[in-house]
This record gives sequence, C-alpha cells and structure tokens, in this order.
Amino acid sequence: MRQVRTEWTKFRTVPGWVAATIAAALATVLVALFAGGSGSASPAPPVGPDGQPVADSFYFVRKQLTGDGSVTVPVTSLTSAAHDGPTDVPWAKAGLIIKQNTEPGSPYVAIMVTGGHGVRMQHGFTGDIAGPVPSARWLRLERSGDTVTGLASTDGTDWRPVGTATVSGPTVQGGLFVASPPQVRGMGTVGTVSAAAFGGVRADGEWDGRGWTSEQIGAESPTFAGYPDGSTGSVKGSIATEPEPEAEPGPRTGTGTGTGTGSTVVTGAGDIAVAVRETLATGGILSNILTGTFVALIILAVVGALFVTTEHRDGLILATIAAEPRRLRVLGAKAIVLVVVCLAVGLIGTFLAARLGMRLARANGVFIIPVTPAQELRVVVGTAVMLAAVAVLALAVGTIGRSGAGAVTTVVVAIVLPYLLVANPFTPAVVADWLARTTPAAAFAIQQTIAPQHQVDSIYTPYVGYFPLSPWAGLLVLVGWTLVALAVAAVVSHRRDT
Amino acid sequence: MSSSGIVVDGLRKRYGRVLALDGMSFAVRPGVVTGFVGPNGAGKSTTMRVILGLDTAEAGSALVGGRPYRSLRDPLTHLGSMLDASALHPGRTARNHLLWIAHSQGLGARRADEVLDLAGLAPAARRKAGGFSLGMRQRLGIAAALLGDPPILMLDEPFNGMDPDGIIWMRGLLRSLSAEGRAVLVSSHLMGEVQEIADRLVVAGRGRVLADATVSELIAGAPTGRLEDVYLRLTRAAVEFS
Repeated sequence: MRQVRTEWTKFRTVPGWVAATIAAALATVLVALFAGGSGSASPAPPVGPDGQPVADSFYFVRKQLTGDGSVTVPVTSLTSAAHDGPTDVPWAKAGLIIKQNTEPGSPYVAIMVTGGHGVRMQHGFTGDIAGPVPSARWLRLERSGDTVTGLASTDGTDWRPVGTATVSGPTVQGGLFVASPPQVRGMGTVGTVSAAAFGGVRADGEWDGRGWTSEQIGAESPTFAGYPDGSTGSVKGSIATEPEPEAEPGPRTGTGTGTGTGSTVVTGAGDIAVAVRETLATGGILSNILTGTFVALIILAVVGALFVTTEHRDGLILATIAAEPRRLRVLGAKAIVLVVVCLAVGLIGTFLAARLGMRLARANGVFIIPVTPAQELRVVVGTAVMLAAVAVLALAVGTIGRSGAGAVTTVVVAIVLPYLLVANPFTPAVVADWLARTTPAAAFAIQQTIAPQHQVDSIYTPYVGYFPLSPWAGLLVLVGWTLVALAVAAVVSHRRDT
Repeated sequence: MSSSGIVVDGLRKRYGRVLALDGMSFAVRPGVVTGFVGPNGAGKSTTMRVILGLDTAEAGSALVGGRPYRSLRDPLTHLGSMLDASALHPGRTARNHLLWIAHSQGLGARRADEVLDLAGLAPAARRKAGGFSLGMRQRLGIAAALLGDPPILMLDEPFNGMDPDGIIWMRGLLRSLSAEGRAVLVSSHLMGEVQEIADRLVVAGRGRVLADATVSELIAGAPTGRLEDVYLRLTRAAVEFS
C-alpha cells in the first residue's frame, strides 16, 4: 500500500503524464462530439417490440381476423432470383403470417417454408423455431385469444405443432406472405426476389368477407433494399379459397383438401428480422461514436511505457530500487496506479463520449442503433478495462525492454496494427477473423452492440462492427496478453541486475 | 566484526569478460569518514551497487548493519545513498522528487522540507529538477540520502560539478555527519577531494583493495610524505593494465 502511494506520488508529479491522461479522456469525448455532429440525417428504421431496429418488409396477401381463427395453406414451390438470374436464397420465406397490423415493426407470428432451412416458425423478429419435419409443405396458423400456434404437416392431415407466440389485439391481419432477403456477395449484398406457389387457402373463423388485399409492407422502410430491377411484388392467379367445412365442429379438424397444384403465385422481396449493420447502412452504432478510444489507447500506452522506461533513461530506477528493494512490489504498485488512473479516465471519458455523442447524433437526425443500459454499462466499463490493460501491457513491455520507444512500438504493433487490418474491408476474412481472435486487438469486441443473427445472412465482419469473439471473451484475450507480459516482466526484473 | 556500518567481504563480480570485482573487502565504521578512492574502473561504483542490492555479486557478501540491504525494511532509514546525482525525472520538482522517496519510507512532506533546508535547496524546492546544475543535483541527491536520517551514508563522487562554496559546504556536512556517529563512505577518483575529510582511506584498483589504512598511516609509508605519491604508487599497476 505504501508502495502504491509512492508510485502515485511519482505519477501525479510529472505534469506531462497528468496532461496526457486528461488528453486521453478529452480525445475520446471530442472524437465522439465530432462523430455525432458530422453525420447527416438518416431516416429512422422501423423498431420492433423491444425497441430494436428491424427489417419488416414483405409482400402480404391479407384479410382481417377478428378474435379466434385459423388459416391453412400448402406451399408447392419457392424459387428465388437476383438481377442476374435464378439463385439460391436460403432464408427466402413463403408461408402464413398473423400480424397485429400492417405497420412495420408490429408484432407477428409466421410459419413458413424457407429456401434452404426447411420449415420455420418465426415471431417477434428474433424468435426462430425449426419445424419438426423440414420437408413439410403444409402450413397452418391458429389463433386462440392472443396465442398463435404454428403447425406444419407433410400431407395436410397429420399436423405437428412447431411453436406458439402471442399477437394481441381484437383484430389482426393474416394471410400469405413472401419475403426475400438480400444475398451476400463478396463485400456487399444484392437484392433478391422470390416467388412462391400456394395451393388453396382455407380460413376458419371470423375473417373479413370482402376478399384479399395484397400490398408490399414496409415499402418505404430504410431497412428495405427494394426489388431487383425489372421485378415487383405481385399476386398472380386467383386465390383459391377452400370452403369452410360446415359439418365439422372446429378448425383443428381441417382435412386439407386444398389443391396441391399451386393455383396462386405470390412474388415478394424484403425480410422480417432484426436489422443488421448491412441493412442499416445509413445509421451508426455506438462503437462508431467511440472511435476516439483509439487515440486514448495510444496515449495511455505511451504513458504506461514511460512510467517505467523514464526511470531507466534517467537512472532513477536506482533510487526506486534502493528505496524498495522488492522489485515485484515496485512493478505491482506501478501496475495498480496505471489501472486506477486508466479506469478513471476510461470510465469518465467513455461515458461522456457515449452519452454526448449519441445525443448529438440523434439531434442531427442520425439513426444510432439503440443500446440497452446493460450494453452501455458493459461498453463503458469494458472500454475502461481495455485502456487499463493496454497501459499495463506497455508498462510490462517497458520493464522488459527498458526502452520507451521500443515499448510504445511493440504495443502499437500488437494492438493498433491488427486493429487497422481487422477494420480494413480488403483484409481477407480468414485473416481478419484470426487477428480479431488472437491479438490484443480482440479487445475491441467489448464495444460491439450488435450481434449476428443466425436467421439473417449478412456481412458479419469486424469492419462493420461484428467481432468473432463475444465482448468479454475479446477483452479477456487482451487481459491474457497483459498478464503474460506482466509475468515475464516480473521474472526478468527479479533476476537481472538493475 | 562490527555489525554496524558496512562490511564488504570478498566480493567478486564479472560483467561479460570484464572482471569488475575481484575479492573486494573492507569495512565502513561508525563515526568515521571513509574515503573510497581509486582510478576509473577500480570497482568503486560496482561495489556500491552490490552493497545496495542493485547488482548481484557472484561471490562474497555485503552487509549493512549486519544484514543484506535487500532484507531491510525502510532501507533508507538504515543507509542513505547517492549513486548518480543526475538520476532525476527532469519534469518533477525538487520537492516532489523528495516527496515520493519520503512516501516510500513512510515519511511525510515535513521531512522532505527539512532535508531541502538542510541541503540549501529551499528556494529551488518548486523548480523542475531538470533545470538544475550538477551542483544543485548533488545537493538534491544528498538531501535524498539524508531523508531517512540513516546511521550510514554512502555517496558516489559527491564533489563532482560542485563550485568551491559547495565543496566547502559538503566537507562541513560530511564532518558533522561523522561527528554525529554516522558511518560515511565517500568515493572519489581524485585523492585531493577526500584526503582533507577522510579519516580512513580504502584505495581500490582492478576490483580489489590495494590499501586500507588511516590517512596518517599511509603518509608514513611514503618517502616523500605526500599522499598523492602513495596513491599513484599503489594504483599505477591498476591503471596500466586496465
């Protein structure tokens, strides 16, 4: 404890170090203000039930349902195409949907045939349940109260439930839908369109009798890339409606005598899922606001290195060791002082940067993907820990090499260079992935506030804000490097002459 | 052997192919100023580094008050030392330089101010040490050595860069410190600097002690009666072959 106080006295009495430390916090905040203030207005995407931005665009052939009811249909084919011809779109969707209303972002439950992932039931933009028999082509949604059950069948007779979810409201919109998400090609995506052939629709319950309405949902949404040139959403052929079986007691006993021949072809584009970075190209994420972390990191690495290397440069290490011959205590005390200083700088700087930057960006009309309080706390605390770990890493390397320039160069090469390579869209994905998993730059994962969606094919690279490691795992990689360097520094300083 | 003061016994130390210490042995006793003289490369600084535990000797022992320096708690209250007067962070003020050393020994700012006064540096206390002359740095180094009020002092070339006033001040300080019963070891590569204040001289050359006697004993052994001649005769071989 006395040694920590000693090293703290040393730290606070070199004006350059104190100024640099304050500059590190200021740099984080100023870059955030610049980032928040320089963005141009971008339209807000639809938001889902939890406030998260979503893609909610699809072609909808609908009727209004009041109260309980069910709808059943066979999907006889699903084909997809891009501007350059037919293509496979594994998450192309065709099936049945019950949605609270036609506003993008409203709650829904859907059961569908997909291009490459079999039968799925999806709800609430994140829920995704695989059907028990992937090859089933008969789909049914049953609503009872607010609860909607999805069922699938291979023959229209033997029905198996897939899952349940809720869509509340006295009336809901239900019917056929087709969606066709963009296809990843290289560093970008291309729009696709999908066409599904449906057999006869059977609707039981209090459905609006005025016939089917068809429209593109979310046509103006910023998360909708539109149709490939020359295509458009449509319904071709009349919708064959199976008569309500008068003699049968309830909807669950439907026998599925619909035509299995595909009397109706619905064409649609878009997707129904949580928005990913690629679909939100005009917006920003919190880590964009926190780019100044990079500047703070370099400054604190320099301070961390100089904290020990100036003692070697000036010969002051002799006085230090004469005053405290237990060298490990000196190293430990220096590390503790750096950790405390960097945590303080990191917490204050990152918190202010995040709050002010996001507020300014939103005031400018720039859409920033919302973060939960837990995410914000994790980003602020994690960034502070990252800065502390980098400063201690520099201290350890400086202790080993005794050279300020050498230590700064080493740390910059170890963390900044990989980061630049990772953040470069031209770095091969395999290399970027490896760097983002193994080098100290993996710690930048702590700032990610968007997570890859398994049911959305998109570009999930660190360049756009997706790191291969989870936030804390990435931070742990850096902390591991720091601890290894600290252990080597301890052994080296213990063994050799001063 | 006395357990107070410094006792160096049979130190051997090699830096690569250079034999820096080759059986260095002597004692520094309380109440006495011991001059540690010898040409450059005689092993004076290395001996002091080994005494402080900064470097490890391959053989032999160096005890401070009967114990190895590294085992001492608050070592600056046992042995105050100045090895390199320019060992300062240039951006730190003189007072703050003393403050961190005081904190390391559990001492407060008051003691730092006391030794600043003692070294005549009170007017420059809040100036950055980077701007100090070598003479002022020597005074600051002395102040740091005195912080812990130690019974033993060890100063490497304290007269370097001092003006005549400073040399006179230093001589008076060293005499009063030994008069208080402290053991004082003062190294120099110039015999003239220490012969006036040293009660005893350890003459080193090529890593070992060439002579260890009182000043009067050494003079008695010289035909000319001049200490310089004794020193030159003793160290000639050491210089020629170094």
